[in-house]
Order: sequence, then C-alpha cells, then structure tokens
Amino acid sequence: MDSVFFSGLFFLALVKATPIAFGAMAGLMSERSGVINIAIEGMMLTGAMMAFLGSVIFNDLTGGTLPKIYSLLAGLIVAMISAALVALLHAVFSIHYKVDQIISGTVINLLSVGVTNFVANAYIDPRGLAGVGVFPVINIPILSEIPLIGRIFFSHQPLVYLMLIMVAVLQYALFKTPWGLRTRAVGEHPRAADTVGINVNRRRYINVTLGGALAGIGGAFLVLESVGRFQKLMTTGRGFIALAALIFGKWTSVGALGSALLFGFAEALGVRLQLGDVNELQALALLAGIGIIVLAGAWAVLKLIRRGADQRRNRTIGILASAGLASIAAALLFDWPSVEIPIQFLGLMPYIATVLVLAGFVGRAIPPAAIGKPYEKA
Amino acid sequence: MSEPVLRLVGISKRFPGVLANDNVDFELAPGEIHALLGENGAGKTTLMNVVYGLYKQDEGQIFIDGRQVEIHDPNDALARGIGMVHQHFMLVPVMTVTENMMLGHETTRGLRLGLLSDLDPDRVAEEIKALGDKHGLSIDPEAYVRDLSVGEEQRVEIVKALYRGAEVLILDEPTAVLTPQEAEDLFSIMRSLIAEGKSIIFITHKLKEVLVIADRITVLRDGRVVGTTEPSKTTEAELAAMMVGREVILQVEKGPAAPGEAVLEVQDLQVRDLREQMAIRGVSFTVRAGEIFGIAGVQGNGQAELVEALTGLTPVEGGHIFMNGQETTHLRPRAITETGIAHVPEDRHKHGLVLVYPLDENLVLQTYYLPPFAKRTFLQPKEVRENAIRLIQEFDVRTPSVRTHAGSLSGGNQQKVIVARELSRDIRLLIANQPTRGLDVGSIEFIHRRIVEKRDEGVGVLLVSSELDEILGLSDRIAVMYAGEILAVMPAEEATKERLGLLMAGVREAPDSIAAD
Amino acid sequence: MATSEARRSSRRRALLGRLAIPLLAIFTALIVASLAMVLSGTDPIKAYLALAEGAFGSQVARVETLIKATPFLLAGLAIALAFRGGLFNIGVEGQLFVGSAVTVFIGYSVELPAAIHIPLALLGGMIGGAVWAGIPGYLKARNGAHEVITTIMFNFIALRIISWAIGVGGPLRAPRTVVPETPAVFESARLPILIPDSRLHAGVIIAVIAAFVVYWLLWRTVTGFELRTVGANPNAARYAGINVEFNIVRTMALSGALAGLSGGIQVLGLAPYTFTTGFNVGLGFDSIAVAVLGSIHPFGVALAALLFGAMDAGARLMQLRTKVPIDVVTIVQGLILAFVAADQIIRRLYRIRTETEEGPVSLSQSWGGGS
Repeated sequence: MDSVFFSGLFFLALVKATPIAFGAMAGLMSERSGVINIAIEGMMLTGAMMAFLGSVIFNDLTGGTLPKIYSLLAGLIVAMISAALVALLHAVFSIHYKVDQIISGTVINLLSVGVTNFVANAYIDPRGLAGVGVFPVINIPILSEIPLIGRIFFSHQPLVYLMLIMVAVLQYALFKTPWGLRTRAVGEHPRAADTVGINVNRRRYINVTLGGALAGIGGAFLVLESVGRFQKLMTTGRGFIALAALIFGKWTSVGALGSALLFGFAEALGVRLQLGDVNELQALALLAGIGIIVLAGAWAVLKLIRRGADQRRNRTIGILASAGLASIAAALLFDWPSVEIPIQFLGLMPYIATVLVLAGFVGRAIPPAAIGKPYEKA
Repeated sequence: MSEPVLRLVGISKRFPGVLANDNVDFELAPGEIHALLGENGAGKTTLMNVVYGLYKQDEGQIFIDGRQVEIHDPNDALARGIGMVHQHFMLVPVMTVTENMMLGHETTRGLRLGLLSDLDPDRVAEEIKALGDKHGLSIDPEAYVRDLSVGEEQRVEIVKALYRGAEVLILDEPTAVLTPQEAEDLFSIMRSLIAEGKSIIFITHKLKEVLVIADRITVLRDGRVVGTTEPSKTTEAELAAMMVGREVILQVEKGPAAPGEAVLEVQDLQVRDLREQMAIRGVSFTVRAGEIFGIAGVQGNGQAELVEALTGLTPVEGGHIFMNGQETTHLRPRAITETGIAHVPEDRHKHGLVLVYPLDENLVLQTYYLPPFAKRTFLQPKEVRENAIRLIQEFDVRTPSVRTHAGSLSGGNQQKVIVARELSRDIRLLIANQPTRGLDVGSIEFIHRRIVEKRDEGVGVLLVSSELDEILGLSDRIAVMYAGEILAVMPAEEATKERLGLLMAGVREAPDSIAAD
Repeated sequence: MATSEARRSSRRRALLGRLAIPLLAIFTALIVASLAMVLSGTDPIKAYLALAEGAFGSQVARVETLIKATPFLLAGLAIALAFRGGLFNIGVEGQLFVGSAVTVFIGYSVELPAAIHIPLALLGGMIGGAVWAGIPGYLKARNGAHEVITTIMFNFIALRIISWAIGVGGPLRAPRTVVPETPAVFESARLPILIPDSRLHAGVIIAVIAAFVVYWLLWRTVTGFELRTVGANPNAARYAGINVEFNIVRTMALSGALAGLSGGIQVLGLAPYTFTTGFNVGLGFDSIAVAVLGSIHPFGVALAALLFGAMDAGARLMQLRTKVPIDVVTIVQGLILAFVAADQIIRRLYRIRTETEEGPVSLSQSWGGGS
C-alpha cells in the first residue's frame, strides 16, 4: 500500500460523493424551506436521461461541428432545467394542491422511472444512441502538482469542482445571507415569516425548484462525467443515499458533503476490496478513521457557524481528529490478517448511520420544525 | 381631536360560514391607547389581521393619516408604520434575537447581491440594543429565542415592531400569558411608548386592564362594534354587559357543600415541563367528595402540568398522588381513569375529541373496550350508537345525527360532547381544566350547572380556571397557583377578587392568614 | 334526523361521490398517458384495447390478472392499515423482501405435510415482515425517528443483506446456479392450484380473506379502534388511555406482516418457487398508489389492486401488439396516484362540487416525531 493507492482511494471517494452531494443539496434547499423531498431519486434519474438526450441531440443538431464540450454543456443545462421542472411538479403538488409530501415524492419517483424507461425503450435503445463522451479532466495549474493533495482534490472533471463550490456557497448562503435567513424561517416557523412580509409559498416554490436543478446536475454527472451514456435506472438509489447524507449531515451542506464523502469512501473501499488492494480489516480501520475525522471536521464547522463555542469542545475535536489519524495510520502501517467479511455490508453504512442519527443514538438529527406541513394562510 | 393615525370604515370580513367582521368602524388617535374589547371569537384579532395585511377585507376602507391605503400584506403594513405583536409570538425559536429582528428586513454589508448579500448581525445587534435601552426594554441580541421566557419573548416582539419603524402598535392579548406583575411592567412600557408619540391598539378580553390602561375603549361583539367609550365614563359591569349582550350571571346557583372523605390527595408533587424545567414545585392539597376545589392562577403557572400529572399524561418527578385512597402517582392514564376519574381537558381539539370521528365513537373514547361497548375484542356498534343517542338527548347536544363528525360541531356543542362523556361515567372525581373557555354564555351556564349537580351527587371536583369569576362562582374552596406552587388555600367565603389577584401576582400572605388545609 | 329513505339516498350519493374521484382519476391518467403513446407513434386506443384484452380477454388473461392483483392487494392493505394508524409505511418493499426470504427458507429447508408446511412458511414470512417493520415502529415510538425515512433505509438494508444472502457463497444461494437465486421450495410448501392447468394459486383466496380480516379488524375490534384513534389524534388517544407507543409498534408490525405475506404468497404460489434479486421490485411503491386509489379502505384497495393487476397482466400483450413499452403502465400508475392525491385537479377539471362527507384522513404525522 502506498501513496498512489491512498490518493486513488480518496480521489475515488470524492468522485463517488459528487452525485450524492448534489442530491443532498437538492434535498437541503427543499427541506430547509419546509418541503420533504423523497423525490431526489426521480429528479436525478430524469436529469441523467435529459443530460444524455440533451447532449446527443445538441450534437446532432450542430452536426458535430462544434467541439463536444458544447454538447456536454448543453446536456448539463437541459438536465438542470428538466430536473427543475420535475421539482416544480413536486412543488405544485405539495404547495398548491397540499398533497401529502411523501405521496407527491412517490408520484415523482414512479413517474420518473416510468418515463425514463419508456423513453429508453421507445427512443434511445431502438436508435442505438451513443453518448457524446464525458467532460475532460481539468488539472488546476500548480495546485494539481502538490503531491497527494493535488491528485485527490485538483485533478478532477469540472462537476466535482462545481460540487465543492456549491457546497461552500450553500453553506454560506444558508447561514449568512437574507436568502438563508428567510429559507430557514419558512422551514421552521412559516407564520412568523409571513407576519414579517415573507411570501412563504413563493420561497418554497423557488427553493424546491432550484434544488431540482442541483439534483439534475447530480444525475447529469452520472452520464457526463462517469458512464458517458444513459442506462435505465442508472441512479440505483443514489437519490436515497443523498437523502441519507442530508439527514446524517443534519440539514447542512457541509454536513451533507461530509456524509457523502464518508459514504463515497465506503463505496471506494468496496471497489478496492474487490480488487484485492486492501483486506477487510484494513478497510474497516480506514473507514473508521475517516469517519471519525469527518465527524470532527463537521463539528468544527458547526462551531464556526455558531459563535461562542467553549474550549472543552476544541479539545474533544482535537482528540477525535488524532484518533481518526491513528486509526488510518494503523490501517496503513500494519499487516492485517485477512478476515472474510461480506463487502455488501460496507454498503449498509449510509442507511444504518441515518437510522442511528434519526433515532438519536449518535447525536440527534432534528428536522426543520414545519417540514411536511402545507402552509395555510388563514 | 387631531387627525386619526388609523381609521377603519365599514370593514367586513367573511370566512366560510362566519361573518367575522360586520361593517366595523374604528379610529385610533395619535398618542392614545385604544382598547379593543370583546369575548373570544368577537372578531378583534380578525380585524387587526386585516389592518396588518394578513387578511384582505371583503368590504370597507383603511385610512392612515387621513389617506386611504390598500394593505395587501404585512410588508405594506410595516411600510406604513403599523406593527403587530401577535398573541402567539411570531419568533423562530432556533434563531437568535438578532436574526429574528432582521428577518424579512435584513441589513447587509459588502457587495450588493440582493438576497445573497452578507448579513450584518453585529450592526443590527447594536441597533436593537440601543432601541431597547431607549424604551426600557432590555433584551440580549445574541440569545436564542428558544431560551427566552415568555415575558422576554414579548419584549423582543415589541422591539421587533419598533425596529421596523412602527408608529402604530397592535398588541393582541398581550397580558394573557403574563403574571400581574409582568402585566404592570408591560403597561409602563406602553405608557412610555405613548410618551414617545406612538399609538397603541390593545386587544383584550379583560375588563379590569382596560379600565387601567386605555384612553378609549371600543367593544366588539359577534363581529360588530357595540360602542366606543372612555374608562372614566363606564364601569366593569357596563363593559361586561356590552361584551356579552346581556347581564352576566356571575353567581352560579348552588347550595352549601357537604364534603365527605378525600377523593384526591396530592403530596409534595413535583413535575417537569416539556423543556425539562420544574413546572410544579412541591404542591400539596386535598379534594373531598362533594366539594368543588378551584385552582386560580394566571395561565402558565403550572396548572396544565398539574392536571396532566394527575391524569397520567405527564410523568411525575416527585411526591405522591392518591385517588380514592389508592396511590396513582406513576400509573398510566388508563389505570387512573379506571379508578373513577373524569377529565375535561383544557384543549378539546388536542385531547378531548377525535375530530374526524363521529359523535358515537367520541362518546366511548375511554370505554370502548369495556362491556357493553365491547364483548371480548369485538366492538358492539349498536350499543355504541344507543349510548350516543341517549347522551346527546340528555346533554342537549345540537347535531344532525350521532354519526356526524365531531369536527363539524360548534365549540359549545363539542364541549358538551366531552362533558357528556366524562360525566356519564361512574366517577368519584372530576378534573375540569378551563371547562368553559371560548364558549357562548348559554353553554357556560349549562356546563356550570352540570358541574354543580355532580358535586351535589357526591363527586369531588377539581376546577382549574384562569377566569376569576368562574373560580369564585363555582368553588367551595379556592387555591391559588403561582410559579408552580400553591400560595394559599381558602374557603370560598374568604376569597375576594383583590385577595386572589394579589396571590396570583405572587404576593405571599403573612403565614398566619393562610388557611390550614 | 333524516328519514331512513332520505338517509339511504344520501348514503348512495356519498358512495357515488367517493367513487367519482378515483374513477375520473383513472380516466384522466389514461388520457394523459396516451399522449406519450401518440408521441411515440402508436394509436393509444389500439394499445389500451390490447391492454384490456391481455387482462380480461381469455381465461389465461383473467387468471394472470388475479395473480398479479394478489400481491398488490396484500401490499396495498399493508400500506392502508398503516395509514389508518397514522403511519406512512414506505418500507413495504423491504418487508416484502424479508418476508419472502423467510418463507422461501422455511419452504426449502424442511419437508413437512402441506397442511403444516404452507401455514408455517407463510407465518414465518409474516413474522419476518412484522419484525422488519416493527423495528422502525419501535424507533418511532421510543425515539421519535420518522418512519418514512427509517423504512426507506430499511428497504435498502434488506436489499443489501438479501442480495448478499443469495449471492455467490451466500447462505440462501442455491447450489450450482448461475443467477443469484435460492433453491425452490418443496412441493409440500407450494400453494394449491385452484383451476387445473392454470397458474391460479390459492394465494388469491388468502388475499381476499385478508381484505375482510383487515376490514373487520379496523372497524369491529378494540384493536382497530385503538389503531384508528392513534392515527386520527394521538393526543386524544393518550388522553383516552390508549398506549400510543405500543400501538405504533403494533400497527407497523401488522402492516409488515401483511407485506411479508404478500411476498411469501408469491414464492409459494408461482413457479419457479424461488426467490431472486429482481423479485417484485417496486411493488412496495406501486402499492402506495393502490392504497391511496382505494381510499385506504380494504374493499377499495381490493378494487384498486384488481385494476393494477389487470394493467400489469395486460401490458405484455400491449407491447407485443403495438410496440408500446410496458413502462407506460408505470406512468399510468404514477399518474393515477397523482390525480387521486391531488383531487382538486380532478374536481376542477370535471367541475365536481367539494363535499366534505367524511373527515379528512391524515396520511402521516408531522416530522417532529412521537417522542
């Protein structure tokens, strides 16, 4: 095991985390304003298909005369718009028609599966449409030269960077801008927001719809930066993992990224495990180490947001971070015996983690107070 | 008189099935405190919500400083200098005071990016601190609202309105949640605001307060203005008559009590509230068969927790409860009910009824599993139905049928359903918490009569009410609760409004005057 | 009070009103879905006729419709029962998986007389489903964890564990097979065939009985009264002395048992009598549509299940005849759910007066949780 392996592992974790983080941000925008979103999966699936169709059709229309990057960008934009429209449908059902938001989400998921399969069977497959390709890797000058770090963070395809930027922007926007203040107020106490002149339902419409665009990017990622073509049901539950990341990250975008990274890391480890690069115990030790570090990091970020933190917590964070590093070091330095552990169980982590935080076993994830309730003015 | 700052002409507001405001005229002069007096449901809050832009009137005009205005939403109202402090505070608990101040009216710094600009909480904090100091309203801008007391939240709400430039301040039932002392503080704040040139509309249903603080009084009844008067030209009795439309019978007809053995004994009871704070701090008292034991007090002094603890809905932290000689301190609600307890809950929609259930099912809410309503595990719809027919007759519930959903009945009839259910069981103790709140006078009299009847049959009654008249009219013995403690217990004959009022304000009496229990 | 004659006629009108929305929702969904067909160049009328023929045109078709309706009915009952108890069991999918796995395991691992083997296998599946639903129920009752999210997560946990169990080297994997599947259950565990030489198994009867049992349970027993009261107003239930926490767990467990039965019947009733990964995927979600279309009433659910079964059964002939992908059925099912849930759309479209005959049924409690 060497640094190449190690950076590869983190690199892959970041890549795997990207669509999940986009999906989680979609959920964040919606749920922070008070609308439950279990339809991230459907929005991502629609986004994936439309990214494919958008890029292919744009390429056809321009007769292949333009560089393929334009087709890919067209696909991305089409994906964002169409997923936003799907999200708008969720908003109309939940806000205007006051449909139970879980039901509305289920409708979106059912329709997305039905429509994308239908289009795949009726249009894409019969014509044997091939993809335009994928976004190229962009090496950030200088930064990508840094050993280890450069490979992990600065040598990615563009949507990975976009994801990191969006996470930072959303985190800032949610806690430091009027938009965030209003969004949180609408999700926590809509009547209070109403009495100070905030249009609760308009805020929710905008947030749910814009969130849909983010889910669209998440779906587009699968086509435009990964597989290169559309496959039926290609999101394979990522929308629900995104939901898990959102909850495990306690409805913040940095938290969601941390969770997505953890889940992405587990997925990347699973791949490595299958390739035989690590054995099971090493993988577990690595995962535990990363998990603890992510936890410490999230804690530190939360402290930065809420001013006036006390010193005791600082020490706890330090201890956690050191323990995480120690666990990683132990994984790398020693020869661990091989033990048979089914790798599927690594994949269980996001779901179990979510159940645990919801039940309050490890910290408690408290959803926005007004979530799931349509706002009645009178 | 100078030009009114606010004038309402012919305001009407309809809701499905209700005419909440009917051609209401109203004037607010600059620098006056104008009380809007009326019973619950008289249309006071609706009228003010129209002024504040939360509702749109169906008819009528609004004039501000003599100019007719359209107020479409709270933004319009705020822009025209109208601020409102709602009865249920409109503050986001998970946010700081500063964040609540800014909400919808944000101060930003740096680049102008519209809604994505950088908030400037530090400047706002300074501003509200200064504003608060100016008006004698001390608040901590950094505190989270969830950590504030009710009085503090109210101060934050007032500062919030001032921060938004309110010249006209609407206070909706501001004293409902305050102790008399806090209410006094509020009144002095109100006076200092008037001195600053603000004008205040003060919504209330409490006669005494109106006479103390208001410059003018407008009484609303059933959505209509009954009249406008001044404190110097009227009396409590006259105002009361205006509010309810006929002379109020304050005295309930009842003979002397014949107390028997103790049916409820509470010893050093301690209970925590939802926020884990001590809500009941060592309360002891006894209720005997055949007497009505009234607990007076301003709402929020632990009465709700006391009743919930007695009925098993909230866990008991310490002390003992005995009902009919049996310890029930840690029993579940079902087991407590089965010792012969009836409970008329404070909130009939939350606890008392299943609104989507028909009346017949609501009338067997605690007895559905017992014969004759169930045989082993099988329900007996015929018995359930016959029970309902009988009770509806007996308690004069106005309903189209026994299968009508409870939610479609009027408040008075809903309360009668609950009273019918509770009193029809074989009980030895009745716990009634605010049994007549928000009801029309007819229903109030009916329910009061039934409670007295039960007493005469030998049932012990624990009556909790924040309406002094109700307590004085019904009780045989009276206790006063303040901050989770019982400050005094006295025979009804020794109770006067003044004495109870002082106790409700937390003023302890000299030890020798506390009646031994 | 109204005369009995007037009451009967008003009740008839109410029933008609209750049927109007679902029927119009189905109709509208079919119209909207036909747009997709027109876009893909097929005649929707031909397609729907083929669909109907595939569902009802022959004995084989009718049998297929019943077979397909059976799991929908049981899973729809599972969801409807939970709704009545104020719970949104979105985890039927996972409970069905667990139930099927337990049933198939009992079915192939022991050989017993059929009279014991079948009930035992089905009971095992029901217990499996009940446990898989009961855990989220317990977490909700005890810790306030919202059941929608936990049951979604439990779906994936079940999926992962079972795909491991029937994967290469897994404990439930059949020996010497290429595809991931379990061994077939013994003859003694297979459900009897009702019509010789057809696929119609006794599971259909079990499902219909289940609908009656659920009806009876909800409105004729003490358990049902408690379940509905907790669903309609948990505070009033607590006030009435009902143990709300216990009821949440019990309702989830009952719901999960029905879901488990739904899966168990499939593995014992249909060739090849094994359990594979692709087994009934999505049924748990489609059944939400079945339950809502059926007004979360057992008999309504039965009708809705029949419709969904017919659509699934007829889809293949439709695809064969008109080249319309069978996925159009999923679209129709999604649209039906949309229009039934957003009944205001239907009311406005067809100018139906809003009559609030029955009080609204709350589908799920707010998020704050029970705690």
